[in-house]
Amino acid sequence: MNVAAEPQAIDAPQGSFGAGFAWAFTRDLMLARRHPGETVLVVSFYALVASLFPLGVGAEPQLLARIGPGIIWVCALLAAFLSLPSLFATDFADGMLEQMALSPQPMPSWIAGKIAAHWMASGLPLTVLSPLLGLQYGLDGATLGTLAMALALGTPVLSLLGAACSALTLGARGGGMLLALLALPLFVPVLIFGAGAADAAASGLSAAPHLSLLGAGLILAAMAVPFAIAAAIRIALD
Amino acid sequence: MNFYFFASPATFFRLAGAMAPLLFVAALASGLAGLYLGLFVAPTDAQQGEVYRVIFIHVPAAWMSMFIYFVMACYGVMTLAFNTRLSAMMARALAPTGALFTFVALWTGAFWGRPTWGTYWVWDARLTSELVLFFLYLGFMALANAFEDPRRGDRASALLAIIGVVNLPIIYFSVQWWNTLHQGSSVSFKGTSMHVTMLWGMLLMAFSFWMYAAGAALVRCRTLILNRERRTRWVRALS
Repeated sequence: MNVAAEPQAIDAPQGSFGAGFAWAFTRDLMLARRHPGETVLVVSFYALVASLFPLGVGAEPQLLARIGPGIIWVCALLAAFLSLPSLFATDFADGMLEQMALSPQPMPSWIAGKIAAHWMASGLPLTVLSPLLGLQYGLDGATLGTLAMALALGTPVLSLLGAACSALTLGARGGGMLLALLALPLFVPVLIFGAGAADAAASGLSAAPHLSLLGAGLILAAMAVPFAIAAAIRIALD
Repeated sequence: MNFYFFASPATFFRLAGAMAPLLFVAALASGLAGLYLGLFVAPTDAQQGEVYRVIFIHVPAAWMSMFIYFVMACYGVMTLAFNTRLSAMMARALAPTGALFTFVALWTGAFWGRPTWGTYWVWDARLTSELVLFFLYLGFMALANAFEDPRRGDRASALLAIIGVVNLPIIYFSVQWWNTLHQGSSVSFKGTSMHVTMLWGMLLMAFSFWMYAAGAALVRCRTLILNRERRTRWVRALS
């Protein structure tokens, strides 16, 4: 006689936020390490554009020290923007994105992991390099420190907001230009507070309010944006 | 009658066709009355002289630019939540009118700023955030039309409209949060710091712009419906 089969639960893999995050983070970081060209491109674009400004506006030290923080911020913003179009597009083109969406890991988890890896490969090098560019502009020590701190808080927000726009434009015509039109207006508050922090430090005021607002923006974006991106990717995969 | 009766493009098409002329007539009537009050009846401002009269275009246009974006974002929520076709078409139809009013607000503001502030443009928080709103409208329209499949454009742009709505409180409260060149509001729910005919002129102009925006959106939405539903039987029966 056959033993009545116990309804065996199929060993469904359980998804968890940490596992999804760690998997996507290590994968994208490894991809970035295997193709170091992209990071080199971002960093050299950043340094190149920042070196063009003194040639364009004149090399008077006082003027450069005045406009330096703002220019370094704008250059970082444009450089961070450079690597955005490929953030989801390559995975979308070869079907990887669909497989990841089918995986048991919650979508925001691996999206957050991808964004963190993207920041490590673009925002972090920009932040690390900023004091060097600041020296070229003759900024003093305190301003350099504040500038680097503001970039450390602000560039992750740029990565998050840019990733949302990148996910929205998946499969759209005129990808790069469209992405610029969507992302750059959203970057404006980050630019205002980021450059404001360095400006406040340069004129001897406390940069704390600007940095606090940047930090608050980062926390808010980190909590909300991965979910918005998950919605955007679902729309793209429909 | 069913609440969802007009959610069908075919029935809404007729409703919009009947409503649009009425809205345009209301816009014209209140606009003429508002301009008469504003340009002939309202007294000259004690500080700014005659130049303040641009307020009758500037303030209603700025209100509408924010209000239309908010309505557009609400249609975006409806698009994503209920997956309705018509709400996405209404959002698309509103965007050009919203961009127009944003542009008018910026443009009239520049001509108001020149004699009173001595400059066409300052990088003040309210002006900058209004400019960002203009780019949000442009981005919305570009994204909505960037896909082969119109439904994909509908849903992507709906999400973008919802994300962009964070800019509205920044515009609205910018004159309170930052101490800027742009003056604070003269009108609030508690009362007003302006002459009563000025207030009425402004409210009539705002009503006129509102009716115009609704009418223009309905006309544009009818075109979108015809284009989107051109293969259906009811559209073919029209011709």
